[in-house]
Amino acid sequence: MNRYTVAVLVRNQFGVLNRVTSMFRRRQFNISSLTVSETEVPEYSRITVLFDGAEMQKQQLISQLYKLPDVCFVRELSPKASVSLELMLIKLELSQSVRDTVLAIAREFDAKVVDSTEASVILQVTADSRQLDAVIDRMREFSILEICRTGCVSLEKGSTTIREIMNQ
Amino acid sequence: MKLSGADIIVKTLIEQGCDVVFGYPGGQILDVYDSLYRFSGEIRHILSAHEQGAAHAADGYARATGRVGVVIATSGPGATNLVTGIATAYLDSVPMVAITGNVMTSQIGYDSFQEIDITGITLPITKHNYFVGSVEELADTIREAFQLAMSGRPGPVLIDVPKDIQKALCEYTPQEAVCPLEKRTAKDVRIQAAADCINASKRPFIYFGGGVIASDARQEMLELAETIDAPMGCSMMGLSVVPTNHPRFLGMQGMHGHYASSTAMHNADCIIALGVRFNDRVIGDKEKFAVNANIIHIDIDGSELSKTVMEAHSLRGDLKLTLQKLLPFVEEKNRSDWQADIERFKQEGALYADSRQGVTPKNVLSLLNGYLQDNTPIVTDVGQHQMWAAQYLRFKNSRRFISSGGLGTMGFGIGAAIGAAVATGEKTVLVTGDGSFAMTLQELATAVSCRLPLVILIMNNGVLGMVRQWQTLFFDKRYSNSVLDKKTDNVALIRAFGAEGEKVSDLEALQKALDNAFRAEGPYLIDCAISQDEFVLPMLPPGGTVDDIIVKAGDEA
Ligand SMILES: Cc1ncc(C[n+]2csc(CCOP(=O)(O)OP(=O)(O)O)c2C)c(N)n1
Ligand SMILES: [Mg+2]
Repeated sequence: MNRYTVAVLVRNQFGVLNRVTSMFRRRQFNISSLTVSETEVPEYSRITVLFDGAEMQKQQLISQLYKLPDVCFVRELSPKASVSLELMLIKLELSQSVRDTVLAIAREFDAKVVDSTEASVILQVTADSRQLDAVIDRMREFSILEICRTGCVSLEKGSTTIREIMNQ
Repeated sequence: MKLSGADIIVKTLIEQGCDVVFGYPGGQILDVYDSLYRFSGEIRHILSAHEQGAAHAADGYARATGRVGVVIATSGPGATNLVTGIATAYLDSVPMVAITGNVMTSQIGYDSFQEIDITGITLPITKHNYFVGSVEELADTIREAFQLAMSGRPGPVLIDVPKDIQKALCEYTPQEAVCPLEKRTAKDVRIQAAADCINASKRPFIYFGGGVIASDARQEMLELAETIDAPMGCSMMGLSVVPTNHPRFLGMQGMHGHYASSTAMHNADCIIALGVRFNDRVIGDKEKFAVNANIIHIDIDGSELSKTVMEAHSLRGDLKLTLQKLLPFVEEKNRSDWQADIERFKQEGALYADSRQGVTPKNVLSLLNGYLQDNTPIVTDVGQHQMWAAQYLRFKNSRRFISSGGLGTMGFGIGAAIGAAVATGEKTVLVTGDGSFAMTLQELATAVSCRLPLVILIMNNGVLGMVRQWQTLFFDKRYSNSVLDKKTDNVALIRAFGAEGEKVSDLEALQKALDNAFRAEGPYLIDCAISQDEFVLPMLPPGGTVDDIIVKAGDEA
């Protein structure tokens, strides 16, 4: 099983996300992350999908996406040629005794303290999804109060854009 | 000129060349029905007895003509009654547009009376659907829906129109009828590679389906078969593309496919699949299916390529255009060794042929064959009778075998037969079962009011025969709820609806009844008694291989 990152340009219209996720659900695609946002042009929204499966299933996922009339372009992004990041907020309970250790670990992961009280701290971490998993694992020895993650977003390296590739 | 949304709907349908719609009125679609009343000189509306019947009729109309079938229903229960009909069309790739009314935009989302989220409900069973948010986008939405329904792999599209949009006024300018979106073919290099594979093969087999009808590729396919000296077999959806008696045609594939056809495909070293799916009903055991064959698959729907089986060459494109490009690359060859094998398969198959006398399914349908014209639409319901019709009836022209393949919808028959009869004006034959017929027989009222020339043949075994067959084979003859034991008098029934019919239990009487039926002007029903213990054979058990085919009763033991 592999993890694939797929970028999908869709018509920026009401209900499109529902159509896409409904298709994933009924065809039982194993989606580990999905994000959607507006793009540099108002006509399109961009969906980033992280999908776990075999090569043949990935092909199937792409073909099925193309059957939705709202889907304009699908592109698989290779890990090497793209930048993939996710943002996480993690809230930890902090007693005086562990405070310094936690903040040291936070620095190690380039985490930013975005809120801090006597009893708690919220860290903001931006990294690829697997690194975020590592942060969580690392923090398990302390008391994690809440976690919230955005899901992965991804752009290809270099100056070419997905719209240029679409229009080729 | 400013028109109301309702008038725009009807005018746009007319503009798109739609001459007949099927449907059923109700509160949230009244404006459209008022327009249909006023434009009745330009477009005909056929009132069904139930929205499901109207949907199947639109489907039957589309299958018989290749044009987009249109069905109209009101909100809430009207819309939900369409669901089975839309799903049936979706699974068999039938071009259809369904238009539903809905409550006023301002009442959407409040669980208002007869409000239903029909775009949500039909999301997985339509190619696409629309909730129309403003009257300005209405005409273009309908045009786009027609285009989507007919383009690529055809399918149903639904348009949900709130009542206030039907009432709102907007400028309307008629436009030309839309054409299918641009057709594509696979790249030349890939076509060349596929041709090389065919040229190198010793035992090529052509396996085709409904895509040949949709893309009108029959001529090209036959030319390919001649050039490479290959036998052909089809999925149920491909029946009627090639005349049943065509010398290269070995018959249907699948769970109840013809012996020679299944055996030939299994022994082929190159399977050329044209506009057809590798459905579980056809491949049986995935791991053991055609292990020695290179599969070449041409289909307009990229998602069907390499979906269930590994393919050597997957070509995405319009079948007709792709075959036209492929043909110059394939070498003309005689494959006499292969033909000798095929002859042997045919002879083996013939050994298993049913040669019994009396009211057997084969004899009943052979009698019916004598009455069929080249263009007679033959419609079926779902069950044993459907498989017998597929196996024993003789087809001559495309689009003349109309049957629910992908969804297997019991109750499809009468609605679809109405649609096919309306579309073609031909005497139309419905082969149905006692179970299926009882599901939607209220449409007899529609057939009688429209004086449609339907010959309805019920192969009455008193049981849900297909269910019973499985119970015999796989459930130790525990016939749980498959014995109908109905006291229904079908002849009295059709009389109550205002038409004629008769009950028969031997072949002589059947012949006379068929004489009467084919002479009658309106619907005519023949209730033909057959044994409850008949089997559909051969049978490839689910998940089995050709070696597991049950060819005669008792084999399974
Ligand atoms: C709407 C629907 N419900 C249930 C089934 C399952 N089913 C398939 S065949 C069959 C029996 C059909 O009986 P009948 O119409 O009498 O045909 P026969 O097999 O006896 O020829 C049933 C219940 C179905 N295909 N469709
Ligand atoms: Mg029956």
